[in-house]
Amino acid sequence: MKPISIKAVSRGCANGVVATVVLAVVAFSTNRALAQDPLEIFGAEAEFAGSTSAELRFFPESPQFTDQDDRKLELSVAIEPEFRLFWDRERLTFIPFFRYDPADHEGRTHGDIRELSLYVERDDWDVTAGIGKVFWGVAESRHLVDIINQADLVENSDEEDKLGQPMVNLNLLRDWGTLGVFVLPGFRERTFPGDEARLRGPLPVDTDRPIYESAAEEHHVDAALRYKQVIGDFDLGLSYFHGTSREPELVQSIGSDGRPVLRPRYEIIDQVGLDVQATMDAWLWKLEAIHRSGAGDPFAAAVGGFEYTLFGVSDSAADLGLLAEYHYDGRGDDAPATIFDNDIFLGTRLALNDTDATEFLAGVIVDQREGEVLALLEAERRITERWFAEVEARFFFNADRGTSAVQDDGHVLLRISRYF
Amino acid sequence: MNTSRYWSGLILALLITGAAVGLAILSNKAHAGPAEDQKGLEIAQEIDRRDLGFGDSKTEMEMILTNRTGESSTRKLRLETLEVPDSEEGDKSLTIFDHPRDIKGTAFLSFTKILEPDDQWLYLPALKRVKRISSANKSGPFVGSEFAYEDLTSFEVAKYSYTWLRDEPCGEMDCFVIERIPQYERSGYSKQIAWVDAAEYRIVKVDFYDRKDTLLKTLESSEWQQYLDQYWRPHRMHMVNHQTGKETTLTFQPYQFREGVNEANFNQSRLARLR
Repeated sequence: MKPISIKAVSRGCANGVVATVVLAVVAFSTNRALAQDPLEIFGAEAEFAGSTSAELRFFPESPQFTDQDDRKLELSVAIEPEFRLFWDRERLTFIPFFRYDPADHEGRTHGDIRELSLYVERDDWDVTAGIGKVFWGVAESRHLVDIINQADLVENSDEEDKLGQPMVNLNLLRDWGTLGVFVLPGFRERTFPGDEARLRGPLPVDTDRPIYESAAEEHHVDAALRYKQVIGDFDLGLSYFHGTSREPELVQSIGSDGRPVLRPRYEIIDQVGLDVQATMDAWLWKLEAIHRSGAGDPFAAAVGGFEYTLFGVSDSAADLGLLAEYHYDGRGDDAPATIFDNDIFLGTRLALNDTDATEFLAGVIVDQREGEVLALLEAERRITERWFAEVEARFFFNADRGTSAVQDDGHVLLRISRYF
Repeated sequence: MNTSRYWSGLILALLITGAAVGLAILSNKAHAGPAEDQKGLEIAQEIDRRDLGFGDSKTEMEMILTNRTGESSTRKLRLETLEVPDSEEGDKSLTIFDHPRDIKGTAFLSFTKILEPDDQWLYLPALKRVKRISSANKSGPFVGSEFAYEDLTSFEVAKYSYTWLRDEPCGEMDCFVIERIPQYERSGYSKQIAWVDAAEYRIVKVDFYDRKDTLLKTLESSEWQQYLDQYWRPHRMHMVNHQTGKETTLTFQPYQFREGVNEANFNQSRLARLR
């Protein structure tokens, strides 16, 4: 391990501190202004909420590639305000997001509209029109069925952060279940860390030059159907998607400066998905499966397992959860690569159920064939009624094909959020 | 072989057995005669009968958690309840959190069953994820408070067995004192002793005994108001944990009955889109 460059750290910190102070002042002043009784605008009740956060990432090892910046500590800040107007059964939502990361100006420093939508609700139907976010699925370690929103990969490599998706979504609530129809005009490209940033691929990704199978490129109108029903202990979901794959194939190419790069290529795919959860006493049994055609040879993939909770473990108020999931992915070399081809996830979740909502999650994802290991640890707790702290650690062992590019990018992250 | 020792052993064994049987009969008589059980059940049935037909209700609740050293924290949440007319099923309830801000927008949907485990879903706004959760967590604390999940689910007669213990004055009222023993699985209580106001059949106080039969908590409900000329609701509930010294106080805004509760909201699919 090389000594930490004090200069790099102080430069990053100074930028970050300035940005944090600016964001905090904005957050606190707006909060004070709107803290009074509910505001009325156009006959609607107005609400202002949201959060700002500062995130410190510590990389104990030097990066693998020479063009990556060798900083050990990175401080970035983010803000996500939420504006809502409520009428009786209609609602307007606006949630912009912005992150400033002095360590990655081209990738991680970015903004997005997470939500900007009108929602109209009646007893047996509702419509969302605008930019929005939906989640499908039941599994914990891989979200296989969830396909509407693109991953905001620069936010977190776990792909749980999503970009806002333009959509018109109609849901019909019937006795036989809920049927959702989605029309998705406009595609969001996946975000990738910049050339000099950590957690990037083996070569820089040239996000300025994506390749599309469709002649309409990012304007292809995608469509999806979603059916949900609860039958006794079973929560069942079926889905169908036709449109631009959210997962790009990374194709070797030559960049504008003559250096080798990877260009993302987005195919038109058809994907059928199934997600089931059986809830039986303290056991949650979960299965997600997909069949995808259009990107290479057609293939199937699945994730299945359980979550078992020991409530009030050893006479305390704490709950201890045990999680195990198996990953299978039958895709060939002609489809976008995945690390989840034949893996096992084992995890444990400890919830103290105290007033500060303290929780821990620890887990490993082990590749059955190559023996690669991704180890993760997450901890969170409330500090005060408006401040919240999270710690995340992620490390890679026995790196092989799947994780070799990020093997030296194991890191610990501390995030402090202030809600307003 | 020493026969005298054999006989004295046998007599001793008989004496012990006799004493045990006698004690069992005596204690049985003192605690649970069929008449007392019947009277206890009838009181419970009357409590239930007087709350029938409320339809739906809606209120806002503030929860103040205080620890032994006096430090406190606050939760704010909205509660909606929908009565299910079928007596084989319990009520449906919806809880939406407003405060603290880190759990703002979190929603909890519960379909109460009588003896079967309840059906419960949790909505996590950060991920936009609706998750069916295990309802086996009866005795766990609700958001870190002194209220367990089982203390907050709707009252259904068949959840307990009952014994009337005595009548006694409680404050300015006269009360029936009944013992109720949970019949559902995974309860954290061996028994509860409830004081029921004899005039209006309101449960004004409950002592909770833990699995080792030691007094664990006391709940006192006060500031009662009657709605629609029939339905009584407490606007303050105070729970003390005698073993930890922690307390939780719930205060309620005035209830709205039969107005503003939308039945469609009690649907897992709507949970992700509630305000």
